[in-house]
Order: sequence, then C-alpha cells, then structure tokens
Amino acid sequence: MRLSMDLELQDIPGQLMQSLEPFKKYKGNIISVVHHRDRKTPRGTVPVQIVFEIDPSNIENIKRHLEDNGIVVVRAGEDRFIEEISVLLIGHVLHSDLGDTINRIDSTGFAEVEDLSLRMPGIEEPSSAYLRIRATGKEEIGKSLSILRHVGAEKDLLVIEPIEAEKI
Amino acid sequence: MREVRISLVGFGVVGHGVLEVVRRKWGLLRKMGLDMKVVSVTDINGTLFDETGIDPQRLHAAKTLEGIANLDIIGKEAIQEVDSDLVVEVTPTNIVHGQPGLGHIEEALSSGKHVVTSNKGPLVVAFNHLREVAQDNGVMLKYEATVGGTMPLISLIEKNLVGNEILGIRGIFNGTCNYILTRMMEEKYTYSYALTEAQDLGIAEADPAYDVDGIDTAGKVVILANSIFGMNARYEDVSVTGIRDITPEALNLAWERGYHIKLIGEVPSLTVKPMLVPRRSPLAVGGTLNVASIETDLSGTITVTGLGAGSIETASAIVSDIVSIYTSRQVDG
Repeated sequence: MRLSMDLELQDIPGQLMQSLEPFKKYKGNIISVVHHRDRKTPRGTVPVQIVFEIDPSNIENIKRHLEDNGIVVVRAGEDRFIEEISVLLIGHVLHSDLGDTINRIDSTGFAEVEDLSLRMPGIEEPSSAYLRIRATGKEEIGKSLSILRHVGAEKDLLVIEPIEAEKI
Repeated sequence: MREVRISLVGFGVVGHGVLEVVRRKWGLLRKMGLDMKVVSVTDINGTLFDETGIDPQRLHAAKTLEGIANLDIIGKEAIQEVDSDLVVEVTPTNIVHGQPGLGHIEEALSSGKHVVTSNKGPLVVAFNHLREVAQDNGVMLKYEATVGGTMPLISLIEKNLVGNEILGIRGIFNGTCNYILTRMMEEKYTYSYALTEAQDLGIAEADPAYDVDGIDTAGKVVILANSIFGMNARYEDVSVTGIRDITPEALNLAWERGYHIKLIGEVPSLTVKPMLVPRRSPLAVGGTLNVASIETDLSGTITVTGLGAGSIETASAIVSDIVSIYTSRQVDG
C-alpha cells in the first residue's frame, strides 16, 4: 500500500538520515522524499514529506520509532490519489445534473472530484465549471477523462482538457 | 547570376505582398546570386506579362488587373503559355475541392515548373497526389506559408531537425481564434463582441466560420499529417471543435486556476479543440500569434512562434521557399 507521511525535523545535522532509518528497518520502499529546508515552520522545524510503499501493519511501528527519536509526525495516511488533472466544462453544467456528473467520477472508486468552482453568469446562459480530479494513477486519469468526454457528449457540455494530460 | 522567372497566379493580399517583398529584397536576392523576375501576374481578369520583369511599383496601387492585363488568358492557360521557371500560387483557398488552386498547381508541376504556394485547399485535398506529380516531373513543391504563416515550421523540421523522428506537433495555427480568445480573456468580452472587434480590425472575415469553427486549423493539421508524418489524412478524418461556445467566464475560471484556453491542433492525433494551456507553457502566446511545439526523439521538444498571417509576413515565407529551391539543390558527387 502506498502511504505518505508529513514530518517535522529539528534543523540539526543527521536528522534527515535518522528519519529514514525506520523505513529501512520495517522494509518500507521509499518513493519520494521532499525536504523543505528553506521553508521552516514557525517553530523552526524543517518540513519533510515522505511517500512510500509498505505493509500497512508496520505503519504504527514506524511512527513510534520516529517519535521516540524526537521527530514530529504531523500526518500519516494512505495516499491513494497520486495523479491529478484539471478539466473545464462549459454548457448547462448545473441543469444537466452536476451531482450526477461528479458522481460518475466518484463512483469509479479510482478517482474523485476534489475541487469544484462554478460560474453562472445568467439563468439562460451557459455556465462553466472547473473540476480538479485526483486518481490512483495515470491510467485512471485517462479513464476519468474518457468518462467526462462521454458525459459531455450526453449532456451537451464542452469538455476542455489540459494539454499536459497526454503526450502529443 | 541565376535568372528565376516567376509567374504569380493570384493577385490578392498575398500576391501584392509577394511583389512587394521581391521589390524590397531585390538587392539581397542578387547578392545570393538570384535574379528574380516576376514575368507574369494573373488574376480572373487576365494576365499582365513582361518578359523583362514586371516593375512591382506599376501594380502597387492596383487592386485587380482590370484594365492592366495585356494578355487575355487566365488560370491554367496562363500557366501553360507563359515561359517561367516557377509558379507562385496564391489564389483564394477552398478546402472542399481545392479549386482553382489545385488545377493551377497540377498544371504548373506537370509542365516542369516549381511551385510555391500559400494556398491550403489544394494541399488539404490532394497533398500526396501533388507531391507525386512534382517528383515525376523533377520539380519542387514548397508550401511553408500554408501552415503558421511566417513561422518556420516545415522547413525547420525538414532541414534543421533532419534525422529526428517527429513524434508529434501541437500548436495554435489560427491567429484569428487566438486574437478572439485573448481579447475575451483580457477584457472579459463576450465571444460575439470580441469577434466584431476582430472583424473591424480586419483580423476576422465577415463570415468567420472558416476560422472560428476550426476549419482552417483542421486544414493545417491535414497538411502537417500528410507532409511530415507521411499519412494519407483527409479533412473528414480530423475531429474538430471550434471556439464559439467559449465564454468569458470560462476563460476567467481557467485563468484563476493557472490556465489559458486556446484552440489547439494536434498531429498525428488529428484533433482540433479548445484546450487548457498552462499559463507558463511556451504555447501560451496571445494576440494573433501562432505557435507550434514539435516533439522529437533526439532534440526533445522545440517550440516556434510567429505571426500566422498578413500580406508581407506570408509573402516572406513564400520568398524564403523560392530561395531555398535555388540554394538547396542536391549536390552531386
């Protein structure tokens, strides 16, 4: 299972290495480590985000090991949605059952609409919706887009995708 | 000094531009060893012929050849009759049947004349056929001005990126759409208001369908697909969505989230549709600019941008094509 953890380290030499030790001990496979030394917290600690794969039964052991060594664990949890994409819809977004549109994505289990903004200039005029969708992987992002294209055709909505969604 | 006898077929905005650029760059062209002479100009009224080369200033103020033409021949007949090395074909474009340009280009190539054109229609309808006719007759067909106007795209790929595999091309190929979307975003204009502004400035036609419905962009996508990717694409193969349904609210919403909305054409996927373009992307150019990103296997992604239309700008691409025909002939031995 893929998990992510936000830590806060003391700004002293050796802290980062020490924070990685339990991942080795409990056979975690580190995917990424982001160390924000230039973005200290008001307390003067250094935020670090670690994404890793591990048997979920070991997560508590890692947390305990870190805390025993004076490292603050701000958040630890499952990180299922690792890809995201922005999409814009134009048309009668609300009156074509926006709840249903969102549900078509959310009900997949592999993707969710995480952010939504609406602009409704007038009652009879087309409205616009911005959606940010997060999904478990690139392939699932692609599947979500094709669901939206389908919904767009069905509900007469213009679906505007970002250019970075796919290679040319 | 190499004499280049040019027949200009089509005397509209681009035709005037060609005469003007040849006049302005006459000295520079001579330094390159080219003595360029426009020996004939043809429009629907007839042909003006002068064996010693037509003085462009003589035609500067003329809108058409009415009352100026000295030969009563037009079209294919004029191409046949006039003794020239190269035909510049700049008649009005028709993307459905390609005529009259298609007939003109066929006639010129089969009578052993090089052809340089800015006319998309014939290439959209019959690119592979025309390329074969050119090869069979040992002459060249150049068409840089058909895609992206003055922006060097085809020559960049064929010359500078030679050896690269071209994986894809994506870009803004219609300055009118780009202008309308830019104004809608900047001024919060409605689509119809931005369109009337573009029409008043001469950026959009009275009938804007050709531009705003994505037809022009799709034509360019077809030309790129056939010329660069060796496909046998037709206009009907392109999935096309235009910009009429874009609203200022949508542009504004996109902007707040870090995006522009641009009409993007893509090859080889053969699509034309409005897309979200990140604000910091090199494709995020405004106004009437065109832009293209070329994805290659060796050189990564290369982006070029430039003016997509205009009399002198289009003519500059045509004159560059003419020069390249006479300066890049194959070296034997």
